[in-house]
Amino acid sequence: MAQLFDRSSNSVAKISLTAILLAGGGIIWAAYALNAGSFTTGVEVARDQSVPFSHKHHVSDDGIDCRYCHVSVETSAFAGIPATETCMGCHSQIWTNAAMLEPVRESFRTGKSLEWVRVHDLPDFVYFNHSIHVNKGIGCSTCHGRVDQMPLTYKVNTLYMQWCVNCHRSPEKYVRPRDQVFNPAYTTPAPNQDEIGPRLVAEYKIQSLTDCVTCHR
Amino acid sequence: VKTMGKELPRYWRSLEELAQSEGFRAFVEDEFPNRTPDWNNPASRRRFLTLMGASIALAGAPGCTVQPKEMIVPYVRQPEDYVPGNPLFYATSWVERGIATGLLVESHLGRPTKIEGNPSHPASLGATDAAMQASVLTLYDPDRSQAVTRNGNISSWGGFITALTAARDAAGLKQGEGFRLLTGTVTSPTLADQIQGFLAAYPGAKWHQYESCGRHSARAGAIAAFGRPFNTIYRFERARVIVSLDADFLCSTMPGSLRYSRDYSARRRGAAENGDAQPPRLYIAEGTPSLAGAMAEHRFRMRTSEVAAFAAAFLDEVKAPGSGPATVRAVARDLQAHPGDSIVIPGEHQPAAVHVIAQAINQRLGNAGKTVILTDPVEAKPVDEIASLTELVTDIRQGAVEALLILGGNPVYDAPADLNFLEALKGVKFRAHLGLYSNETAEWCHWHIPEAHYLEAWSDARAYDGTASIVQPLIAPIYGGKTRHDVMNVLGNQADRSSHDTVRDYWQSQHAKPDFNDFWQVSLHDGLITGTAFSETTPPAAKLPASPVPAASGLEIVFRPDPAIGDGALSNNAWLQEMPKPQNKMTWDNAVWISPKSAAVHGVTTGDVVEIAFQSRKVEGPVWILPGHADESLTVHFGYGRTRAGKVANEIGFNAYALRSSTGVWHGAEVTITRKSGGYPFAVTEHTQTMEERDPFRIATFAEYHQNPEFANPEDKHVSDATTMFPQWEYAKHKWGMAIDLTACVGCQACTIACQSENNIPVVGKIEVAKGRHMNWLRVDRYYNGSLDDPQTYFQPVPCMHCENALCELVCPVAATVHSAEGLNEMVYNRCVGTRYCSNNCPYKVRRFNFFLYADWDTQSLFGVRNPDVSVRSRGVMEKCSYCVQRINSAKIEAEKQERPLADGEIVTACQQVCPAEAIVFGDLNDPNSRVAKLKRQRRDYSLLEELNTRPRTTYLARLRNPNPDLEKG
Repeated sequence: MAQLFDRSSNSVAKISLTAILLAGGGIIWAAYALNAGSFTTGVEVARDQSVPFSHKHHVSDDGIDCRYCHVSVETSAFAGIPATETCMGCHSQIWTNAAMLEPVRESFRTGKSLEWVRVHDLPDFVYFNHSIHVNKGIGCSTCHGRVDQMPLTYKVNTLYMQWCVNCHRSPEKYVRPRDQVFNPAYTTPAPNQDEIGPRLVAEYKIQSLTDCVTCHR
Repeated sequence: VKTMGKELPRYWRSLEELAQSEGFRAFVEDEFPNRTPDWNNPASRRRFLTLMGASIALAGAPGCTVQPKEMIVPYVRQPEDYVPGNPLFYATSWVERGIATGLLVESHLGRPTKIEGNPSHPASLGATDAAMQASVLTLYDPDRSQAVTRNGNISSWGGFITALTAARDAAGLKQGEGFRLLTGTVTSPTLADQIQGFLAAYPGAKWHQYESCGRHSARAGAIAAFGRPFNTIYRFERARVIVSLDADFLCSTMPGSLRYSRDYSARRRGAAENGDAQPPRLYIAEGTPSLAGAMAEHRFRMRTSEVAAFAAAFLDEVKAPGSGPATVRAVARDLQAHPGDSIVIPGEHQPAAVHVIAQAINQRLGNAGKTVILTDPVEAKPVDEIASLTELVTDIRQGAVEALLILGGNPVYDAPADLNFLEALKGVKFRAHLGLYSNETAEWCHWHIPEAHYLEAWSDARAYDGTASIVQPLIAPIYGGKTRHDVMNVLGNQADRSSHDTVRDYWQSQHAKPDFNDFWQVSLHDGLITGTAFSETTPPAAKLPASPVPAASGLEIVFRPDPAIGDGALSNNAWLQEMPKPQNKMTWDNAVWISPKSAAVHGVTTGDVVEIAFQSRKVEGPVWILPGHADESLTVHFGYGRTRAGKVANEIGFNAYALRSSTGVWHGAEVTITRKSGGYPFAVTEHTQTMEERDPFRIATFAEYHQNPEFANPEDKHVSDATTMFPQWEYAKHKWGMAIDLTACVGCQACTIACQSENNIPVVGKIEVAKGRHMNWLRVDRYYNGSLDDPQTYFQPVPCMHCENALCELVCPVAATVHSAEGLNEMVYNRCVGTRYCSNNCPYKVRRFNFFLYADWDTQSLFGVRNPDVSVRSRGVMEKCSYCVQRINSAKIEAEKQERPLADGEIVTACQQVCPAEAIVFGDLNDPNSRVAKLKRQRRDYSLLEELNTRPRTTYLARLRNPNPDLEKG
């Protein structure tokens, strides 16, 4: 009886085995890439908003403090989105006819709220509190990035639990002096973070909270 | 009943447990019984493997879902001083049967979510009961009526104004004759002022008041004793000896009972904690087991109709000592040893004669003016309400009524059956009804106006002691509801005047001073008008009653408001429907209560449907054998058998009002029962979540405790710390713990509903409850001790124990339940995969599992009631008490921001906050001066199942009682 497989079958077998392994690995890699990529995380994806609001213009060009609009960031879990009235405080005086601002004026006229698409959105079983982070010396830009340089707002971090826990495990790597919290351009001065981090952690009595119920309840 | 003759265990839960049938054992031993029928798919091995493979392959997929697009909708003009994300609290008042209780209501972004008691209100002092807790759910009830209707078709408020004005003007031609108002009991000064104003303008018009479970007897009793109505209030904080003549003064429908529970329990707690204060001693004569009956040191079981004769014998004994039977002599001696600091309190449901006797005894003992205070009546116009309704019906029959305006209430459903209210009502030409629901009465009215819920309305009312309390809205009427003031304003030709202006103007007329604005703001802030409690009046000596009519022999029937849903106004509230009733842990039903002995005599058993025949009226209902019930007596509860209550309450239970007569509204004799069928399926919670016979409840008398302080911690239960293989936890910062004082707890279940409201706990429905799948995180176990016929009843609230050696934590395969650095036993919903191993391993049976999607994710209007600080759980997830970790976190964050240590008492769990008896205390065990740490140092502090070495953080303070040595049975 003739050989069932000729010699070339060896190569076919080797190649197909390798291909299967590579394909398997590829699928796993693709899954990770998908999970970590912007498609899923939304990182660096600017959202379409009814008004193309530019933080870059308002913060960098005009020098408006974060808290002028996000008023409750120091007192509440929610940082606060400004009421239409806050926008109109200036825009009833300047750029009063800009077509771009028509939705704002319409909201003010009709009493119907503007609707903003959430850029930083945590799952509903996560309870984050802005006020305690700000009070403990975590700067806006630590999580939100250089918002002052964003013409349209996007997020720079995944907001995955892994990312949160990084800081909760070692807050000394991220803490900054309280007077620098609202400075978007803050960078660690020399002497570097290794020196000021532990000092601030002790001074602000920062705890490394990693209990589940810190965020989930 | 079969077990009679066998030796009883020390503590037992139910007759079924004593009988120990095979089916019962199977039910109890299964963690979640009746599971198998749900899986009726004939699963093959191959199919199983296919599904498992697919599940594993897809398990990771949900992890990388993209967050759905969400919108943020800010204000257009944000209210000043308003911080989004932080709740606000407003003072308002809950008004039930006309009587107000002060509340503080939590509001998130303009929606009321949680009810708390108002600490500065005398009727509350910070406590609330289950009905008040649940009232926020009614606000969002999608079954509430949502439009003005005329003959069942949608109409408009403007159309109603025209119609009502025309009806009034037609009557106005005859000075108002033929125009009638029907309200519940009115204590509201503003509403009374409006009604009196209307009656002054139309002197021929008449105002009727009717409340199905009102204070008929107390009013009639005061008139019989003193010749005019008085309001009686009691000072339990001063009472050393209490004799209750069928009075359930603990968290019941009795006005002031919330405050009474607080005062009574404070005294008990004080005596148990300090040892120096004198504990109160409670005697009760009653037929239907009540919460007060369960607290009593001595309970004299007798038919409800025999209480009057007992009271008379008691009065005779007080007048001429030595004349009565031994028990009466002993009680009277005890009372006479404490003149001025005792109370004889008559039951709301006892006839007027008993109230007269109680007043007479209190005067004789010098209690009047000390522990028993008489004031002017809190009602704006106290009337005999049964007579008032009877007069209305008679007048309609005689053709004297042309227009009837019903402001709230539901007389078609709850009027005494012999009045035939519905037949009479049909004879009125113009009938209009204002109500929260388009109920049985609305069905037969030409016009129906949706009423504003109290959280949507401006109004006022008086508390049990006369304190004028403000009802302040937290939200604009969701369904365009109107208040009684709005309707009265239409009659007063002021249809445009708002209820706010009406109430404010009334109080301005009472306080016409330049500082009115400040006065009004302060009053709104406090929720009450300071200094409006009625002062004490001194009545003449009580006239002695004629000797009471001896109780008729034979079977009697006793009518009571339902322990959960009351008189029927709250029927459509699913939280209350699913609240296990304190006495028999039954949900979603009412039943005919009967004693074990009488059940044997009449040949019926639990689950038999019987026909009750009373004064030629017949109703069918299922029987429940209740240990401790009086023999030859039936108790039936109101609030069920509704036909137009809403989706929740329609067609469940039977209607006890259909038996009620206007001559004896609370009980009657000569009843017969006939067994019709058997096997009625009740949904009870008392058999699931059992800890078996492992001594969960511990009790002693004060004397025994002083002799043997270690009685609650017997030697054989002790386990040394070295027994465990696991390392001990260290709790560096906080160490949360809870102490529950069984001496104080009255078993009212308010904590269960408070927990439900705070923690977004879903209801599951009767069928699921019957399978043991109810979701309440905090249950109240009830134990019997003693004979079947007349046992002692004890209550024990059981939340999660937060064990230091938690058995649940060891068996979770996905670490969804873990230990926190502060000793909380954390439940992480997003990790849970639903193996239920934890629940299986929990010896206390406090874990609850979402077998289905119990939380309502579809009904938009119900989203409003949810606490935004707690996750809404989905299907397949285990859940349990978290010690209200959202409150812990929020208090910790506030303290951290202010850079100060947490103060003791700053964190209050929902169950602790609501508790009228202050039986639950939560705090930090690392702080030796915290209240909870001090309580746990008491020697009567014990752990449940401590022999298992779980080291629970929730512990109990054993119950202490103070029996009369003369009466204590060997």
